Amino acid sequence: MPLETDAIGKRWPAATYEVGAEKIREYADAIGAASDVHRDHEAARAAGFRDLVAPPMFCVVYSARAMAPAILDPEVGINLATMLHGSQEFEWDEPVCDGDVIETTATCAEIYEKDGKGFYVFETVSTNQDGKQTVKGTWTNIVRGV
Amino acid sequence: MAGPKDLNEGDAVPELRVTPDKYLPHRYAGASGDFNPIHIDPEFAKAVGLPGNILHGLWMMAQVARGNAALADGDPRSLKRLSVQFRGMGFPEQELVVSGTVKEVSDGRVVIDTVAAQGDNQVIRNAQAELSAD
Repeated sequence: MPLETDAIGKRWPAATYEVGAEKIREYADAIGAASDVHRDHEAARAAGFRDLVAPPMFCVVYSARAMAPAILDPEVGINLATMLHGSQEFEWDEPVCDGDVIETTATCAEIYEKDGKGFYVFETVSTNQDGKQTVKGTWTNIVRGV
Repeated sequence: MAGPKDLNEGDAVPELRVTPDKYLPHRYAGASGDFNPIHIDPEFAKAVGLPGNILHGLWMMAQVARGNAALADGDPRSLKRLSVQFRGMGFPEQELVVSGTVKEVSDGRVVIDTVAAQGDNQVIRNAQAELSAD
Protein backbone atom coordinates (compact mmCIF):
# COMPACT_ATOMS: atom_id res chain seq x y z
CA MET A 1 0.00 0.00 0.00
CA PRO A 2 1.49 3.37 -0.94
CA LEU A 3 2.14 5.78 1.87
CA GLU A 4 -0.46 8.51 2.42
CA THR A 5 1.32 11.83 1.91
CA ASP A 6 -1.62 14.26 2.00
CA ALA A 7 -0.54 15.56 5.41
CA ILE A 8 2.71 17.05 4.05
CA GLY A 9 2.58 20.77 4.75
CA LYS A 10 -0.10 20.43 7.41
CA ARG A 11 0.31 22.76 10.36
CA TRP A 12 -1.26 22.20 13.76
CA PRO A 13 -2.46 24.93 16.16
CA ALA A 14 0.24 26.42 18.39
CA ALA A 15 0.65 24.83 21.82
CA THR A 16 1.46 27.08 24.78
CA TYR A 17 3.76 26.10 27.65
CA GLU A 18 4.34 28.17 30.80
CA VAL A 19 7.89 27.62 32.10
CA GLY A 20 8.33 27.29 35.87
CA ALA A 21 11.36 27.15 38.18
CA GLU A 22 10.56 23.78 39.77
CA LYS A 23 10.06 22.11 36.38
CA ILE A 24 13.45 23.44 35.25
CA ARG A 25 15.06 22.09 38.45
CA GLU A 26 13.33 18.71 38.08
CA TYR A 27 14.45 18.41 34.45
CA ALA A 28 18.02 19.54 35.23
CA ASP A 29 18.21 16.88 37.99
CA ALA A 30 16.89 14.14 35.68
CA ILE A 31 19.54 14.82 33.02
CA GLY A 32 22.34 15.61 35.48
CA ALA A 33 22.86 19.23 34.42
CA ALA A 34 24.80 20.42 37.45
CA SER A 35 25.17 24.17 36.91
CA ASP A 36 23.69 26.58 39.47
CA VAL A 37 22.13 28.61 36.65
CA HIS A 38 19.43 25.88 36.42
CA ARG A 39 18.67 26.04 40.15
CA ASP A 40 19.39 29.42 41.62
CA HIS A 41 17.70 32.64 40.43
CA GLU A 42 20.59 34.86 41.57
CA ALA A 43 23.27 32.65 40.04
CA ALA A 44 21.41 32.71 36.72
CA ARG A 45 21.05 36.51 36.75
CA ALA A 46 24.69 36.91 37.74
CA ALA A 47 25.62 34.82 34.69
CA GLY A 48 23.67 37.20 32.45
CA PHE A 49 20.37 35.33 32.08
CA ARG A 50 16.99 37.03 32.52
CA ASP A 51 16.17 34.50 35.26
CA LEU A 52 16.68 30.83 36.22
CA VAL A 53 17.52 29.22 32.86
CA ALA A 54 16.56 25.84 31.39
CA PRO A 55 19.13 23.41 29.93
CA PRO A 56 18.96 23.50 26.10
CA MET A 57 17.33 20.04 25.87
CA PHE A 58 14.44 21.29 28.04
CA CYS A 59 13.00 22.19 24.63
CA VAL A 60 11.63 18.64 24.44
CA VAL A 61 9.42 19.41 27.45
CA TYR A 62 7.76 22.48 25.97
CA SER A 63 7.62 21.33 22.35
CA ALA A 64 6.29 17.80 23.05
CA ARG A 65 2.89 19.35 23.62
CA ALA A 66 2.86 20.57 20.01
CA MET A 67 4.19 17.27 18.63
CA ALA A 68 1.59 14.98 20.21
CA PRO A 69 -1.39 16.07 18.06
CA ALA A 70 0.78 15.83 14.93
CA ILE A 71 1.93 12.28 15.63
CA LEU A 72 -1.57 11.18 16.64
CA ASP A 73 -3.34 12.85 13.68
CA PRO A 74 -5.24 10.16 11.67
CA GLU A 75 -4.51 12.15 8.50
CA VAL A 76 -0.78 11.52 9.09
CA GLY A 77 -1.58 7.88 9.75
CA ILE A 78 1.38 6.80 11.89
CA ASN A 79 1.11 3.29 13.34
CA LEU A 80 2.35 4.07 16.86
CA ALA A 81 2.96 0.41 17.71
CA THR A 82 5.75 0.19 15.12
CA MET A 83 7.09 3.76 15.40
CA LEU A 84 10.68 4.53 16.37
CA HIS A 85 12.28 7.89 17.00
CA GLY A 86 14.84 7.85 14.17
CA SER A 87 16.63 11.15 14.43
CA GLN A 88 16.39 14.55 16.00
CA GLU A 89 17.87 17.96 15.46
CA PHE A 90 17.56 21.16 17.46
CA GLU A 91 18.86 24.63 16.69
CA TRP A 92 18.79 26.97 19.66
CA ASP A 93 18.50 30.73 19.86
CA GLU A 94 17.14 32.70 22.83
CA PRO A 95 17.57 30.87 26.17
CA VAL A 96 14.38 29.80 27.99
CA CYS A 97 13.93 31.13 31.53
CA ASP A 98 11.57 30.81 34.50
CA GLY A 99 8.34 32.68 33.72
CA ASP A 100 8.66 32.45 29.93
CA VAL A 101 5.58 31.55 27.92
CA ILE A 102 6.57 29.45 24.91
CA GLU A 103 4.42 28.87 21.85
CA THR A 104 5.32 25.95 19.61
CA THR A 105 3.93 25.24 16.18
CA ALA A 106 4.40 21.86 14.49
CA THR A 107 4.37 21.29 10.72
CA CYS A 108 4.59 18.06 8.74
CA ALA A 109 7.66 18.60 6.55
CA GLU A 110 8.04 15.24 4.75
CA ILE A 111 6.53 11.79 4.47
CA TYR A 112 8.40 9.24 2.36
CA GLU A 113 9.12 5.55 2.06
CA LYS A 114 12.58 4.01 2.06
CA ASP A 115 13.55 0.33 2.38
CA GLY A 116 10.02 -0.63 3.40
CA LYS A 117 9.94 1.93 6.18
CA GLY A 118 7.86 5.09 6.41
CA PHE A 119 9.72 8.29 7.33
CA TYR A 120 7.66 11.06 8.93
CA VAL A 121 9.50 14.34 9.38
CA PHE A 122 8.02 17.14 11.50
CA GLU A 123 9.34 20.61 12.20
CA THR A 124 8.60 22.62 15.31
CA VAL A 125 9.31 26.30 15.84
CA SER A 126 9.11 27.71 19.36
CA THR A 127 8.99 31.39 20.30
CA ASN A 128 8.79 33.16 23.65
CA GLN A 129 6.49 35.95 24.89
CA ASP A 130 8.71 38.58 23.22
CA GLY A 131 8.45 36.87 19.84
CA LYS A 132 12.04 35.61 20.03
CA GLN A 133 12.70 32.15 18.63
CA THR A 134 14.00 29.76 21.29
CA VAL A 135 14.41 26.58 19.26
CA LYS A 136 13.70 24.97 15.94
CA GLY A 137 13.29 21.19 16.00
CA THR A 138 13.33 18.55 13.25
CA TRP A 139 11.79 15.27 14.41
CA THR A 140 12.09 12.15 12.26
CA ASN A 141 9.93 9.17 13.17
CA ILE A 142 10.35 5.86 11.41
CA VAL A 143 7.52 3.36 11.04
CA ARG A 144 8.50 -0.22 10.24
CA GLY A 145 6.63 -2.36 7.78
CA VAL A 146 4.57 0.22 5.89
CA MET B 1 39.52 27.70 31.71
CA ALA B 2 39.97 26.48 28.15
CA GLY B 3 36.74 26.81 26.17
CA PRO B 4 35.44 26.01 22.68
CA LYS B 5 37.57 28.79 21.16
CA ASP B 6 40.73 26.92 22.19
CA LEU B 7 39.80 23.79 20.24
CA ASN B 8 41.43 22.72 17.01
CA GLU B 9 40.34 20.40 14.25
CA GLY B 10 40.96 16.78 15.21
CA ASP B 11 41.01 17.41 18.96
CA ALA B 12 39.26 14.77 21.04
CA VAL B 13 36.79 16.29 23.45
CA PRO B 14 36.71 15.07 27.08
CA GLU B 15 34.46 12.03 27.56
CA LEU B 16 31.31 12.21 29.61
CA ARG B 17 30.59 8.99 31.51
CA VAL B 18 27.29 8.48 33.25
CA THR B 19 25.54 5.37 34.58
CA PRO B 20 21.76 5.79 34.77
CA ASP B 21 20.40 4.00 37.83
CA LYS B 22 17.48 1.58 37.72
CA TYR B 23 14.89 4.30 38.40
CA LEU B 24 16.36 7.05 36.20
CA PRO B 25 13.81 6.36 33.42
CA HIS B 26 11.02 6.96 35.94
CA ARG B 27 12.46 10.30 37.02
CA TYR B 28 13.06 11.31 33.42
CA ALA B 29 9.49 10.26 32.52
CA GLY B 30 8.20 12.60 35.22
CA ALA B 31 10.52 15.44 34.23
CA SER B 32 9.82 15.15 30.51
CA GLY B 33 6.21 13.93 30.48
CA ASP B 34 7.10 10.88 28.34
CA PHE B 35 5.50 7.94 30.15
CA ASN B 36 5.73 5.43 27.29
CA PRO B 37 5.71 2.10 29.19
CA ILE B 38 8.63 0.71 27.16
CA HIS B 39 10.81 3.08 29.24
CA ILE B 40 9.42 2.40 32.71
CA ASP B 41 7.80 -1.03 32.75
CA PRO B 42 10.17 -4.01 32.22
CA GLU B 43 7.27 -6.47 31.86
CA PHE B 44 5.53 -4.38 29.24
CA ALA B 45 8.84 -3.93 27.40
CA LYS B 46 9.42 -7.71 27.35
CA ALA B 47 5.86 -8.30 26.16
CA VAL B 48 6.60 -6.18 23.06
CA GLY B 49 9.86 -7.99 22.34
CA LEU B 50 12.44 -5.80 24.05
CA PRO B 51 15.05 -7.25 26.43
CA GLY B 52 13.81 -4.92 29.18
CA ASN B 53 12.79 -1.32 29.70
CA ILE B 54 14.95 0.98 27.59
CA LEU B 55 16.29 4.48 28.17
CA HIS B 56 14.49 7.43 26.61
CA GLY B 57 16.30 8.45 23.42
CA LEU B 58 15.90 12.10 24.34
CA TRP B 59 17.55 11.51 27.74
CA MET B 60 20.53 10.01 25.88
CA MET B 61 20.48 13.02 23.54
CA ALA B 62 20.50 15.27 26.63
CA GLN B 63 23.70 13.47 27.74
CA VAL B 64 25.27 14.21 24.35
CA ALA B 65 24.19 17.85 24.76
CA ARG B 66 25.67 17.94 28.27
CA GLY B 67 28.92 16.27 27.24
CA ASN B 68 29.48 18.84 24.53
CA ALA B 69 28.29 21.87 26.53
CA ALA B 70 30.82 20.81 29.19
CA LEU B 71 33.45 22.30 26.88
CA ALA B 72 31.90 25.68 27.72
CA ASP B 73 31.61 24.89 31.43
CA GLY B 74 27.97 23.83 30.95
CA ASP B 75 26.89 27.31 29.76
CA PRO B 76 23.43 26.71 28.21
CA ARG B 77 24.14 29.48 25.64
CA SER B 78 27.08 27.58 24.18
CA LEU B 79 25.17 24.82 22.37
CA LYS B 80 23.73 26.21 19.13
CA ARG B 81 22.76 23.03 17.30
CA LEU B 82 22.66 19.29 17.93
CA SER B 83 21.58 16.59 15.52
CA VAL B 84 21.54 12.90 16.40
CA GLN B 85 20.49 9.55 15.00
CA PHE B 86 19.04 7.00 17.41
CA ARG B 87 20.48 3.68 16.32
CA GLY B 88 20.41 1.42 19.33
CA MET B 89 18.59 0.75 22.54
CA GLY B 90 20.10 2.09 25.76
CA PHE B 91 19.59 0.36 29.08
CA PRO B 92 19.54 1.46 32.74
CA GLU B 93 22.43 0.38 34.97
CA GLN B 94 24.94 0.39 32.10
CA GLU B 95 27.53 3.12 31.68
CA LEU B 96 26.89 5.55 28.82
CA VAL B 97 29.99 7.17 27.29
CA VAL B 98 29.71 10.34 25.21
CA SER B 99 32.79 11.11 23.14
CA GLY B 100 33.61 13.38 20.24
CA THR B 101 36.17 14.85 17.88
CA VAL B 102 36.38 18.41 16.58
CA LYS B 103 35.47 18.39 12.90
CA GLU B 104 35.66 22.05 12.04
CA VAL B 105 36.46 25.41 13.60
CA SER B 106 35.22 28.51 11.78
CA ASP B 107 33.36 31.82 12.16
CA GLY B 108 33.02 31.59 15.90
CA ARG B 109 31.55 28.09 15.68
CA VAL B 110 33.01 24.70 16.58
CA VAL B 111 31.50 21.60 14.98
CA ILE B 112 32.00 18.32 16.85
CA ASP B 113 31.30 14.81 15.59
CA THR B 114 30.00 12.96 18.60
CA VAL B 115 28.63 9.55 19.60
CA ALA B 116 27.15 7.89 22.68
CA ALA B 117 27.72 4.23 23.45
CA GLN B 118 27.15 1.58 26.10
CA GLY B 119 30.07 -0.77 25.62
CA ASP B 120 30.12 -1.72 21.91
CA ASN B 121 26.52 -0.64 21.47
CA GLN B 122 26.47 2.78 19.79
CA VAL B 123 23.11 4.11 20.86
CA ILE B 124 23.56 7.52 19.22
CA ARG B 125 25.49 7.74 15.97
CA ASN B 126 26.34 10.36 13.37
CA ALA B 127 25.66 13.07 15.90
CA GLN B 128 26.94 16.57 15.36
CA ALA B 129 27.12 19.38 17.89
CA GLU B 130 27.77 22.99 17.09
CA LEU B 131 29.10 25.22 19.86
CA SER B 132 29.53 28.95 19.92
CA ALA B 133 33.22 29.83 20.25
CA ASP B 134 32.63 33.52 21.12
